[in-house]
Amino acid sequence: MDFALDKKHEMARNLFKDFAENEVKPLAQEVDETETFPRETVDKMAKYGFLGIPVPKEYGGQGCDPLTYVMCVEELSKVCGTTGVIVSAHTSLCIDPILTYGTEEQKQKYLPKLASGEWLGAFGLTEPGAGTDAQGQQTKAVLDGDEWVLNGSKCFITNGKEANVYIIIAVTGTVEKRGRKQKEISSFIVEKGTPGFTFGTKEKKMGIRGSSTYELIFQDCRIPKDNLLGPKGKGFNIAMHTLDGGRIGIAAQALGLAEGALEATVSYVKERKQFGRTIAQFQNTQFQLADMATKVEAAKNLVYRAAMAKATQKSYSVEAAMAKLYAAEVAMEVTTKAVQLHGGYGYIREYDVERMMRDAKITEIYEGTSEVQRMVISGSLLK
Amino acid sequence: MNLEEYKGVFIYAQQVDNELSGISFELLGKAKDLAADLNTNVTAVLIGSDVKNLCDALAEYGADRVIVVDDPELKVYRTEPYTHALASVINEFKPEIMLVGATAIGRDLGPRVSARVATGLTADCTKLEIGDFPLNPGPNQKHNQLLMTRPAFGGNTIATIACPDNRPQMATVRPGVMQRITPVKGAKAEIVEFNPGFTPNKNYVEILDVVKSVTDTVDIMDAKILVSGGRGVGSPENFKILEDLAKAIGGEVSCSRAVVDNGWMPKDLQVGQTGKTVRPQIYFAIGISGAIQHVAGMEESDVIIAINKDETAPIFEVADYGLVGDLNKIVPKLTEAIKEYKANKNAQ
Amino acid sequence: MKIIVCLKQVPDTKGGVQFNPDGTLNRAAMLTIMNPDDKAGLEAALRIKEQYGADVTVLTMGLPKADEMLREALAMGADHAILVTDRLLAGADTWATSSTVAAAIKKLDYDLIITGRQAIDGDTAQVGPQISEHLDIPVISYAQDIKIEGDSVIVQRQYEDRYHVVKAKMPCLITALSELNEPRYMTPGGIFDAFEKEVTVWTRADLTDLDDANIGLKGSPTKIAKASDKVRKGAGETVNLDPDEAVAYLMGKLDEKHLI
Repeated sequence: MDFALDKKHEMARNLFKDFAENEVKPLAQEVDETETFPRETVDKMAKYGFLGIPVPKEYGGQGCDPLTYVMCVEELSKVCGTTGVIVSAHTSLCIDPILTYGTEEQKQKYLPKLASGEWLGAFGLTEPGAGTDAQGQQTKAVLDGDEWVLNGSKCFITNGKEANVYIIIAVTGTVEKRGRKQKEISSFIVEKGTPGFTFGTKEKKMGIRGSSTYELIFQDCRIPKDNLLGPKGKGFNIAMHTLDGGRIGIAAQALGLAEGALEATVSYVKERKQFGRTIAQFQNTQFQLADMATKVEAAKNLVYRAAMAKATQKSYSVEAAMAKLYAAEVAMEVTTKAVQLHGGYGYIREYDVERMMRDAKITEIYEGTSEVQRMVISGSLLK
Repeated sequence: MNLEEYKGVFIYAQQVDNELSGISFELLGKAKDLAADLNTNVTAVLIGSDVKNLCDALAEYGADRVIVVDDPELKVYRTEPYTHALASVINEFKPEIMLVGATAIGRDLGPRVSARVATGLTADCTKLEIGDFPLNPGPNQKHNQLLMTRPAFGGNTIATIACPDNRPQMATVRPGVMQRITPVKGAKAEIVEFNPGFTPNKNYVEILDVVKSVTDTVDIMDAKILVSGGRGVGSPENFKILEDLAKAIGGEVSCSRAVVDNGWMPKDLQVGQTGKTVRPQIYFAIGISGAIQHVAGMEESDVIIAINKDETAPIFEVADYGLVGDLNKIVPKLTEAIKEYKANKNAQ
Repeated sequence: MKIIVCLKQVPDTKGGVQFNPDGTLNRAAMLTIMNPDDKAGLEAALRIKEQYGADVTVLTMGLPKADEMLREALAMGADHAILVTDRLLAGADTWATSSTVAAAIKKLDYDLIITGRQAIDGDTAQVGPQISEHLDIPVISYAQDIKIEGDSVIVQRQYEDRYHVVKAKMPCLITALSELNEPRYMTPGGIFDAFEKEVTVWTRADLTDLDDANIGLKGSPTKIAKASDKVRKGAGETVNLDPDEAVAYLMGKLDEKHLI
């Protein structure tokens, strides 16, 4: 496998890095402190095409590959985990399923607006009683004439309320599988503003606090029949496939957080003095940094490999799961060590590593916990 | 080109609105030194419309001769007629050295003239002297060359440049660097009127309007004294104590990047790599740690005074005077002390 | 209309400065960026393109690696890119550079040429006006605002304490200040497209309207006698006193050195 990035990817990385440094980083502390969705940043990202990176040009996108998209999320997350996840949820969880499973009409209707960033996207699978568990789904969709009628709720939805388009997973009946009655799951495209579709409470979170996390509530919410995404009954496959892609995005977010914390720590230890020496001169610091950097590099290789797998392979579940599992754990470990190396200052909000450590935790949880990733990986070994 | 034909040190006597610019006197001061080394005299080239009354001032500041190009086409500075005027003077009078101020006019006029008379031009010089080129003796070494020293790379490097094979040796000179002489009252210069003829052509631009700036926003790059605050100031409100100090001492407030990033101060007040490069006479660095990016933008200041509670802050490594302590206590006391000092001075 | 924007790839001064043994800059050893004033000039051209319609060609003289910078310009929205590169052109001062660039421009059609005011490596601000002289067209330096009106440009030309509103007939040359605008970012798709486009490469041999006496180190009237890294000034005095004493100490110094 060739890891040498070509010049266009290097240039794209520089673009994302410049943008992140100049436009995103200055707001990161405030976005976290005030739990404000960074709408201005989203609008700027829209202007420069960051919200449609892997979308083909014919649908108004940038026509780039998954690796470019991953580098975008990575560089944004280096300075602001919130901004990273906004792009990731929008691109991987809303655009990608429409691109993969949508009809030509659906693609024409939704992709140009999503890719240009005029509209933002979100994805609703998790429910109060069910995470990545199809049979626990309670939200129902019933066909009534030319309309599907949705009832139920989704929780912890990233980009909730801010997004204009939602991919919603719902139960559309029961089927028999291997002699057992099982719920039939389908997926739908629901637009904000549809009567019967409202938002519940906004979650107050430990990290990624500028990200807008809402409960979605459907009460006799009627959507056109044509808003069924993919074949009826294939919703669970669509959701799982979507999450495979989403995990690469979150892995990139985790990678960015780890890199950001490492960079901040490297510059801090060179400046901070204790006992008349910079703390970079202590062997403990040196060894900690060596371990952190090595793990970050390993995570990066897994994440980029998963992005390349998405570009070239039909199935990339295992690559995505490994990338997310490892990158998330590295993010948590590296940000924790970064705080430790900052000493007391690392625990103070003025220093970025404090926020990065809080932001990192979620990467071990959402879009499949680390435990779920281990199930996916071991499942592929033991099948 | 017969280099021997070129004699004398010439300066471009910049005037705006029929008033001589300060740089003109500074150039005369330097030209006198160079002319003494070369055993020659100093000529000022005065270009404008109805500007003859300015000749005496040029004489008092050291011009032995003034060449006046006076024409209605030269009323307001425009590149083409001024280039024609100065290039014609050079071709006619053949100076050995031609100095121009590195002003917004000189940095336009100088290059265009140098290209027209086909000689080299060294920009924005901070030191001029007569010496040998190359510096080391050898068969090709020439004596009595103008050695032009200038900073480059935003002040990261210094280069000394010569123009051995072309004449005149041309330089633009940074304002505020050369010393003017004490004027000799009543001194007179030889006045030579010269008009090469001005026929407007396609290169003559039209000036639709002249808008003199009413400065409500100060450019920190022009400030003689800067009172600069960093993250250590603590809050936007607390910049009040810096503003008080600036007011008392007659300076302006600037800041570090962290302050701009926090939204406490606007970007145009930012000093440093990503902000502005400043060289005031006094730079107060208050609550600024002194990251290299900041230092790059202010280390050229004549005197740097740092106030910081952290005695290990890198700012103290570039400061001329460092005060370790609480800025909230020191700065207001300093403001009072300066007010008192000035009051006493005025009373004397 | 056709616009030519002259760009220079400059060392990023954050990366430190290095020299060849002959005193010229060792550009190959330093990280590089598109010169900021030039980038503002490119942005101005792209805005003219959006507002009035224009074909924008970017042109640079430099090392082969300036290709990257030209692709960045293409990714921002320039239509064509030309790289003038040849060992024979190395070591040029502003006279030789402007002679060479002017010779390249003479091969092209243009209504407007935009250059940056000055490059952050040399800080000379000379090449733009010198190109205009070689091409015998009007120059408006230090542009803080540019408008197009028919076959003319109307430019706010900045001076220390004023600006002139200047009208010039095209073709003409404008030098842009970085204050002119906030240059746009590239787009990811623009980057991918830029690497599909062709960058035209011209060598010395392609520049027919150019005398050998005016190129490279040999054709440069100005010669470097010596160059060195600036000596950083060392630390002065640092005192740790109570506030009253500290102020008294500082006032003493300010008075002693006649600083107030």
